[in-house]
Amino acid sequence: MAAALQLDRVSKTYGAMRAVENVSLTIREGERVALIGASGSGKSTLIRLASGLILADAQGAGTGAVHAFGIKVQEGGRLAADVRAARRNIGLVFQQFALSGRLSVMTNVLVGALGRMNALRGTFGLFNEDERRTAYAALAEVGIAQHAAKRARELSGGQQQRVAIARALVQGARLVLADEPIASLDPKSAKRVMDTLVTMSRDHGIALCVSLHQVDYATAYFDRVVAMNAGRVVFDGPASQINAAFLTELYGASAEELILPSQFVVPAPPVAISQSQTVS
Amino acid sequence: MFSTDAIHRAATSTMPPPPVTPFATRLARLALAALGAVVLVFAWHEAEMNPAQLMRDAGNMATLGADFLRPDFTDWDVYSSAMLETLAIAIWGTLLAVIVGIPFGILCADNVVPKWVAFPVRRMMDCCRAINELVFALIFIAAVGLGPFAGVLALFVHTTGVVAKLFSEAVEAIDPAPVEGIRGTGGSWLQEVIYGVLPQVLPLWISYALYRFESNVRSATVLGIVGGGGIGMVFNETMRGFLYSQAAAILILVIVTVSVLDVISQNIRKRFI
Repeated sequence: MAAALQLDRVSKTYGAMRAVENVSLTIREGERVALIGASGSGKSTLIRLASGLILADAQGAGTGAVHAFGIKVQEGGRLAADVRAARRNIGLVFQQFALSGRLSVMTNVLVGALGRMNALRGTFGLFNEDERRTAYAALAEVGIAQHAAKRARELSGGQQQRVAIARALVQGARLVLADEPIASLDPKSAKRVMDTLVTMSRDHGIALCVSLHQVDYATAYFDRVVAMNAGRVVFDGPASQINAAFLTELYGASAEELILPSQFVVPAPPVAISQSQTVS
Repeated sequence: MFSTDAIHRAATSTMPPPPVTPFATRLARLALAALGAVVLVFAWHEAEMNPAQLMRDAGNMATLGADFLRPDFTDWDVYSSAMLETLAIAIWGTLLAVIVGIPFGILCADNVVPKWVAFPVRRMMDCCRAINELVFALIFIAAVGLGPFAGVLALFVHTTGVVAKLFSEAVEAIDPAPVEGIRGTGGSWLQEVIYGVLPQVLPLWISYALYRFESNVRSATVLGIVGGGGIGMVFNETMRGFLYSQAAAILILVIVTVSVLDVISQNIRKRFI
């Protein structure tokens, strides 16, 4: 069985800055991985490399290869010819939502169906009944069906983030990459978005890779944690092995703000049995 | 009480002397002023500026002025139909330019297309823009003959260059995130443009298109002077026939029409921004 995501010796340099250095990483199907590390440690770059939004450095054959479910995304600094086929399996959730604010919530979610439908129909926005029903069900699943007709930008940050998650559901993504999905949200919305992501992953068997600043979320919601520092993976293992000493080393002086006293620890993630409706 | 004396005393006792503009800087400023004066004098001669002529021919000016103060609307039906023709030229000239300007505008934006596409398309649009509508009108009159159609084509080509530039600047200022959102779902380039770019730029584009329509109504009134149809043709005839009262009537009609359209268009534009 092909891995949900496989990166082989991927590097990315911006000028003199080595954003990502020789990273190899495999995420199995249905696995949930938290990506932690200080600002500028390469988390966002890694996620953008994984979806082919940016190209890895060309360093000869075999390096810089990214595959998702066995389909090549990029290799040797060149996008794969069928990168769009690979992207269809990958749902993306960004810190700044990346929705088209003037379009309706419904249309933003329907965009997820573009990769799978007839190109001409998709280009002119002629979505059929089936696609509309799937989109509405996805909105219901993330709890914002009542806002379907509103413009996306009228929604709160947390709601917009859930629209992005619904889009990934409509897309039929089998891997969701989320780049700091809760960094610009208030604590309550942040918890709701994280719950939605984890529930979605659990209910549909979707692999999840979330970059986070909040170490407490990483350890409470994820089994596997990957920590980055200066573009390198410095830790890859079970969340239970993460301790204060390691975090101090990882984040340096700012670690103090990240390690919360026990009484403020994030409540447990939602229970495994979910009542939410399944998207067909 | 607060007195300037006190300030002066405080200043002289503790503070360093105020800065003095260095001699070199003052000399440079003087040279710059002298250069400006030379340019003005040169341009005066080159343009054959002669206010005395205005005084000497004051009689002519008086006749002109007197006739203009008695506008003659006898042939109002001729003027109105010519004015309508001018509006028709502006409408089609602008519409064709907007239709063609949309794809060209997108192809000029280097955040949406590669630089090797944007560069040649931009230079092509520069050419459309560099040449005035009147010059294009002369060219198209040679091609399709005298009349409003030549005017439409002239406005069309020039305005395409203008709106393509305005449209592409709007595209270059967009937030790239929504476009990446579409790209991430496996959408095509065209789908990225339709779902990611267009929703962001559409209000601005509509506003620009309406603004160009306003300008084109004004431009279309002149096109007739070189034979491009519309009210300009009639105006030219009256001026050549020394029918200043009738020319005044035409000018009033133009001013009223253009002002009314400006107000309407401005009000529509405000709703989009």
